[in-house]
Amino acid sequence: MEFGLSDTQRLFERALRNVLAGHVPLDALHRLPASGADLDAKLWAALTELGLPGVLVPETFGGAGLGTFEAGLAAEALGSFAAPAPFVGAAVMAPLAILRAGREAAQAAWLPRIAAGTARVAVALAGLDAAAGSTSVQRHGERLSGRLDQPIDLAGATHVLTALADGTIALVALDAPGVRVTLRASLDRTRPLGEVALAEAPAEILTAGDDGRRVAAAMLAAGRAMLAADTLGAAQTMLDRAVAHAQQREQFGRPIGSFQAVKHLCADMATMLEPARALVWHAAHAQDGRDDARLLACHAKAHLGEVGREVARMATEVHGGMGFTHELGLHYWFKRIGSNRQLLGGPEQCRREAAALQGWGTT
Amino acid sequence: MDLTYSEPHRALQAEIRELARTHGHLSPKQGGGRRRPDARTLAWQRLLVERGYVGRTIPREYGGHGAQPDVLEAAIIADELARAGLYPGIMSQGISMLVPTLLEVGSEEQRRRWIGPTLRGEIIWCQGYSEPGAGSDLASIRTRAVVDDGHFVVNGQKIWTSSAHYADMMFLLCRTEPDRPKHAGLSYLLVSMSTPGIEVRPLVTMTGRAEFNEVFFTDVRVPVDQIVLGRGDGWHVANLTLKHERLMLGDPSKLVHRVERIAELMARAGVDGERSIDRPELRDRLLRLQAEVLASRCHHLRLLTQRARGEDPGLAQTIVKYFGTTLGHRLSALAVDVLGAGGLAYEPRGEAAEDDEATTWQIDYMYDVGLMIGGGTSQIQKNIIAERGLGLPREPRAAPGRS
Repeated sequence: MEFGLSDTQRLFERALRNVLAGHVPLDALHRLPASGADLDAKLWAALTELGLPGVLVPETFGGAGLGTFEAGLAAEALGSFAAPAPFVGAAVMAPLAILRAGREAAQAAWLPRIAAGTARVAVALAGLDAAAGSTSVQRHGERLSGRLDQPIDLAGATHVLTALADGTIALVALDAPGVRVTLRASLDRTRPLGEVALAEAPAEILTAGDDGRRVAAAMLAAGRAMLAADTLGAAQTMLDRAVAHAQQREQFGRPIGSFQAVKHLCADMATMLEPARALVWHAAHAQDGRDDARLLACHAKAHLGEVGREVARMATEVHGGMGFTHELGLHYWFKRIGSNRQLLGGPEQCRREAAALQGWGTT
Repeated sequence: MDLTYSEPHRALQAEIRELARTHGHLSPKQGGGRRRPDARTLAWQRLLVERGYVGRTIPREYGGHGAQPDVLEAAIIADELARAGLYPGIMSQGISMLVPTLLEVGSEEQRRRWIGPTLRGEIIWCQGYSEPGAGSDLASIRTRAVVDDGHFVVNGQKIWTSSAHYADMMFLLCRTEPDRPKHAGLSYLLVSMSTPGIEVRPLVTMTGRAEFNEVFFTDVRVPVDQIVLGRGDGWHVANLTLKHERLMLGDPSKLVHRVERIAELMARAGVDGERSIDRPELRDRLLRLQAEVLASRCHHLRLLTQRARGEDPGLAQTIVKYFGTTLGHRLSALAVDVLGAGGLAYEPRGEAAEDDEATTWQIDYMYDVGLMIGGGTSQIQKNIIAERGLGLPREPRAAPGRS
């Protein structure tokens, strides 16, 4: 029993943070277009070299063969830099679904390409209760019709993986006939949004029925744990920057961080974030097939949604007027935390599911 | 990250479950922490010490079990005792605060003399820190001790002294070097409460109960070898003790138990025939708090891991008291809201108070505010978090050296 990072995990995290520090300066965020950024090819190549797209892919398929805990560390690091790179859908939910669906042919076909960074699979949970958006998709044999709202990691994606209400888990190539992708302007420019329209589009069915529903639930839970980790990283960056600002900015002839009014804002942020970090670790770790994976994912997603909102506001307040400007760029993290909160079910939805999982209440 | 139970861990778990089967009927009831332990409690405490479920890592020569620190063992013991509804052992200032302090800085003679009987509940301690004029600014205390014929002679007054009315001993912070700067003029003495010149008066709080006392010292004579470390080291020793107090006050196992009790209450009780657990607005509050308690428990495991590895937890440790006591109050606040107007009948005095559900929650709801104040207020905690944890500059100080 050890509740903390091993030396190897620390090295993995440090290597990733070094790459991100080099590739995602504030300028890179300022340059992001308002609607539909393409993939940042250089950043993606660097992350692929580190093995990030294949973090969960077994070594026999060319991946890093790591666990969901390491994936959580990666999500946290990406959130720290507000990195505009596919991950939650493309490197966690999609490979996890392909692995859990258990079809060897599909694993052999897709996992090596995912690990190599050449197949980038967006994820849309169109048919699930907790899915964002209200569209549903119909399946006719091996063809899908309908609309997928706001797939995760759509920017630069080559495929989309979707889970339907009937348990079908299907993979669709975005360049196939009958598929139309539209990117839209998004509040959080680091995570472009959009939709995929399907008209009798050819699909590869990975699994269906009860088995598919189990896979979808596991995929949803893992995605939530990763978004919680991303928020943790983003919120920590906001706190670090607030502390640095409070140490350096002077008013009334002294650093504002020496005033208790400011100091206590920072203390409150740290007091929320430190236990939240431990919860995120536990929830990410649990996604490797533990019994309480879904409950922990609900709690981590809901709690980081709440903590993230508070930290985002307070850290901006500590920065005073500068925090409100576009130029300072603090808003990229504010918006990243905001979009993490809404994606894959907001806090209220996650808590409702957490109650149901424990048999609490009937309404 | 490794959350699996090893073979010895599973064996420990089985061992405690076996104890619950064979000896569970001997456990005293939960609660009752505001009185001197009775014979039943003392017998149970001795059993826990013998089995190593209390004082597990304390060396055998001092009356402990001599086990190596292990992250999970302490958590398994707490979980298994709670699951079986067994009394987890006496939670006292002697065990939680003085024993770890003596282990860190006590003399060999002091460790051998005090730790064993304290663990077994035979010696009860109280803490002599706060004074009417020295609360958050603890180092400004005025209770003084002068040396006379092999004794410290103590005069002054302490306040907020819980369990002083039945304690055997006090760990006392007093001023022995009045000419030195205020933090450097203090000493930490171990004082028998039966010494002539000590008067204890109960202090009734907002709960209607006398959970605390005032203690008056008039020419109280304490042998000079009853000092921990040396003259002038009192501030250092007192801060070690305070660190342990803050960790005790933020202990998550109590919070985990509270969530379970509130969930059970909400599934059973309600108004107008609607159970509270079926009301989305109350249930949502419960779920929010459950996530935070879960976070607190995970954080505790992380701290235990850091300690076992010999790492400095830094910031992570400074938040424990503030986070835990605030969360505790929000939990009792939910319980009070679930009970609603029906929970306003209040009988805080006498034995029956411990059995009345509404009264105990109302007491907790108020007492939790006291916990946010005692042991360093939330505001002092936030200064510590910001200055020691985050490295923010200190508040400019008034002229130094004045008490």
